[in-house]
Amino acid sequence: MQRARVRPVRDGVALGLAVGVSGVAFGAAAVGSGMTVAQACVLSLLAFTGASQFALAGAVAGGAGLIGGVAGAILLGSRNALYGLRLADLLPWRGVRKLIAAHGVIDETTAVTLAQPDVAAARLGFLATFVTIYLTWNLTTLLGAFGAGRLGSPQSLGIDVVGPAAFLALIWPRLRAGRTERAVGLAGAAIALATTPFLPTGMPVILAAAAAVAGALISPQPDSSRPDSPRPDSLQPEVP
Amino acid sequence: MTGVWVAVLVTAAGCYALKLTGLVVPKGVLSNPRVRRFAELVPIALLAALVAVQSFADGQSLTIDPARLAGLGAAVIALLLRAPFLVVVVVAAGTAAVLRALGIA
Repeated sequence: MQRARVRPVRDGVALGLAVGVSGVAFGAAAVGSGMTVAQACVLSLLAFTGASQFALAGAVAGGAGLIGGVAGAILLGSRNALYGLRLADLLPWRGVRKLIAAHGVIDETTAVTLAQPDVAAARLGFLATFVTIYLTWNLTTLLGAFGAGRLGSPQSLGIDVVGPAAFLALIWPRLRAGRTERAVGLAGAAIALATTPFLPTGMPVILAAAAAVAGALISPQPDSSRPDSPRPDSLQPEVP
Repeated sequence: MTGVWVAVLVTAAGCYALKLTGLVVPKGVLSNPRVRRFAELVPIALLAALVAVQSFADGQSLTIDPARLAGLGAAVIALLLRAPFLVVVVVAAGTAAVLRALGIA
């Protein structure tokens, strides 16, 4: 293979394997929260975006708040629409291929794709990352889901901490990005806790989006002139 | 259980629709800087809210579960040490599990 083709594939496969194995945490958390193995696997296959999946699993554990949980999970996926916007010119597929490629528009594929020097490498990087993460994420979801059911009660394994720890790890690099990000995070947490006693389960998390509205109105520009998508060289571990 | 299946499928459909939207909508629609910034900040607000609620709430009541908080504290330490995602999660769950097994928390 030519040198120009090696780099995007190597980037994509490496990041895909590193991140994809986190599916085991999702599978365990999903089954620990009361989802079946099949439900956990279908969610990984069809939703294929980690934060939203963890959020829905958390809502299932909460019990009553499924509608709020679904709304929160979908709202969490809204950043993928922006990634798609950035990638549209680089992924010139049409028809069914475009419909399939759309499923792969997530944090990691965006990072690898945008880091490539030209369009051909970008497409290759996208495909390598998408295929690697998709296979690894779904396989490890299955393993985690099975494992959690066999090994003991979710509480005794500490699986109730997997969700919050995963979310914290996901926002960690973003919290370090600027003052506005930290303020929005704190405000979101405060809004959710303050309204928890008064609202149905799931709704306080939706209401926390108000913190993002305020942040966007007060500070429409990112605090620093960083690129608006993660890059592989600075990429903190995230799940799809 | 049917409710969970509906939730799974609706979430999947919604997430896919958002991914596709970015690829097919005209550039102008999402080019407003405030809209872009909102989409950037929304995950932070929601994920922080989820951390808070899943750490301190049990249904509609606020509670403190020492093992859970210890697990979260361990996650913070792991993150400060730049541990990879899976290590952070395992350390957090392991800390809570060990404390519970020992009957300390």
